[in-house]
Amino acid sequence: MRMPHKSSVPLFWRLKDSKYRLIGSRCTTCKEVFFPKKNLCPVCRRRGSIEDMQFNGNGRIVSYTIVRVPPEGFEKYAPYAVAVIDLEEGARVSGQVVGNITKVRTGKQVRTVFRKIHEDGSDGLINYGLKWEIAE
Amino acid sequence: MDIGIVGYGCYIPRLRISVEEIARVWGADAESYKKGLIVEEKAVPDMDEDTVTISVEAAKNALLRAGIDPEKIGSVYVGSESHPYAVKPSGTVVAEALGIGSNVMIADFEFACKAGTAAMQCCYGLVKAGEIEYGLAIGADTSQGRPGDALEYTAAAAGAAFIIGKDPLAKLEGTCSFTTDTSDFWRREGADYPSHGARFTGKPAYFKHVTSASKMLMDKLSLKPADFKYAVFHMPNGKFPLTASKMLGFSKEQIENGFVVNKIGNPYSGSSPVGLCATLDVAQPGDRILMTSYGSGAGSDSFSFMVTDKILERREKAKKTQDYIKNKQNIDYGVYVKLRRKLRV
Ligand SMILES: [Zn+2]
Repeated sequence: MRMPHKSSVPLFWRLKDSKYRLIGSRCTTCKEVFFPKKNLCPVCRRRGSIEDMQFNGNGRIVSYTIVRVPPEGFEKYAPYAVAVIDLEEGARVSGQVVGNITKVRTGKQVRTVFRKIHEDGSDGLINYGLKWEIAE
Repeated sequence: MDIGIVGYGCYIPRLRISVEEIARVWGADAESYKKGLIVEEKAVPDMDEDTVTISVEAAKNALLRAGIDPEKIGSVYVGSESHPYAVKPSGTVVAEALGIGSNVMIADFEFACKAGTAAMQCCYGLVKAGEIEYGLAIGADTSQGRPGDALEYTAAAAGAAFIIGKDPLAKLEGTCSFTTDTSDFWRREGADYPSHGARFTGKPAYFKHVTSASKMLMDKLSLKPADFKYAVFHMPNGKFPLTASKMLGFSKEQIENGFVVNKIGNPYSGSSPVGLCATLDVAQPGDRILMTSYGSGAGSDSFSFMVTDKILERREKAKKTQDYIKNKQNIDYGVYVKLRRKLRV
C-alpha cells in the first residue's frame, strides 16, 4: 500500500475501501485474487469476471526491512519495520509492522491493525489505514 | 424482547509507563504515589494510535463477539474527551473502517470520563424505541496530564465498545443518571491540558455522583448490593472506586474483576467500560453486574446488567481484557515524552 506523502484528499478518499478494510478483488473465472483491486483480470482479460473481495486480514511475512532513514513526514516513526506480506487468501502486499521491531522475522504470522498512517502537520488531515502486527 | 449488550470488546495500547518511572523524573516519592493512587503503571498510546484507532480495534472485537452484519448497525456514538479532530466526528472514520455503510446515525459524545456510558444509554433508547436494530457505543480516550501534575501518573489510553441490541449476552435491566453543575475538572477549548480543583474532586464530585446514581438505580429496580455478583465504578485512581464501593456496601470481591486501574491507569471515557469488559470476560449466566461511570462537570450513569447464557459462546470469539493487559512493553520517560509530544511545555 503506497501512501502519498503530501496527502491528496480526493485520492485518499477514493482508496478508503482498500486502506481501511483490505477490500481487494477476485476473478470468479480463474479464482485469482488481487490487492489492490483490479478492474480487469490480467489472465482472463475479457472472459474474466471481477468482484470485490474482503480479505480476512491474516498474512505471513515473506520479507522485511528496517527503515532507519525514512521519507519526509515519517521521521518520528523511525526506526520502523516495513514488510512484504502474503495474505492468507493469496495476493502480496507491503506495509508497516507495528510493535517491537526486534520481533519482526520472515515467516511470522501477522494480522491487520487500524492505525494512523500519516498526519499533514498539526492542522491538516489525519490519514488512517491498516498496518500489521505480529500475531501472538 | 430483552435488550442489552450483544457484543463487547476492548482495546488497550501495548506501551506502559510505570508510576516509578514518572516519579523518578520529577524527584517524587514513588512508593507514596503507588500506595496513594493504587496504580502501578498506565497504558500509553503509540505514536500512531489515537481515540479513533483505539475505537476501531475495540469495536472489531465487539463485532466478532456479536457476530452480526456491520450494516445492521444504525447508530455509532463515540464518547471521548480526546477526539482527534475538533471538527470532524471520530465516528465517521470508525463506521467506515468497520464497514457499517452510510445508513447510520453518527455523533461524537463528550462528558469528561462518562461520554462512553452516555453513548450506551442513547443506543439503548434507540433500540428500545425500535428506531434501530443495533447501536454501537464506544468510550475511548488518550488522556493527558500536565507534566509533573498528579494526573500524569494516571491519565492513560484505552477504550471499549458495546453493540446494543436484542438477544443480548448481558440484558440491560435499567439505567439512570445523576447530574449536577459541579466544576471539579475542566479543560477550555484549545488548552492542551486539563485543570482540576485538586481536593475538590473527591467528596462533592466523584463520591456524591457515583453513590447517588448507584443508589437511585438500585431503588428504581428494588435491588441491593447483595443482589449483584459484580460491580464496576469509574476508576480515576484505585482509591476512589474502593472507597465508593465501601460507602455503598459492596465488597472488594465484587469489584476486583473489573478493577483494571492498577495495571492500565485511568483511560477516562474508557475506564468503567474497560472494567465492564474485564467483568464480562469472567461472568457466568445469571450474574448481575452494576456499572457506574463518572464524568467531571459532573454526572454519573448507572447500569444494571443481567448476564445471559449467550456469554458462554460469544466471549471466546475475541481477545479478552487480560490478553491486552499482559501484552505490554514498558517505556522510559524519554520515549514517553517523544510519543506524547510533551516537549512544548
Ligand atoms: Zn481470471
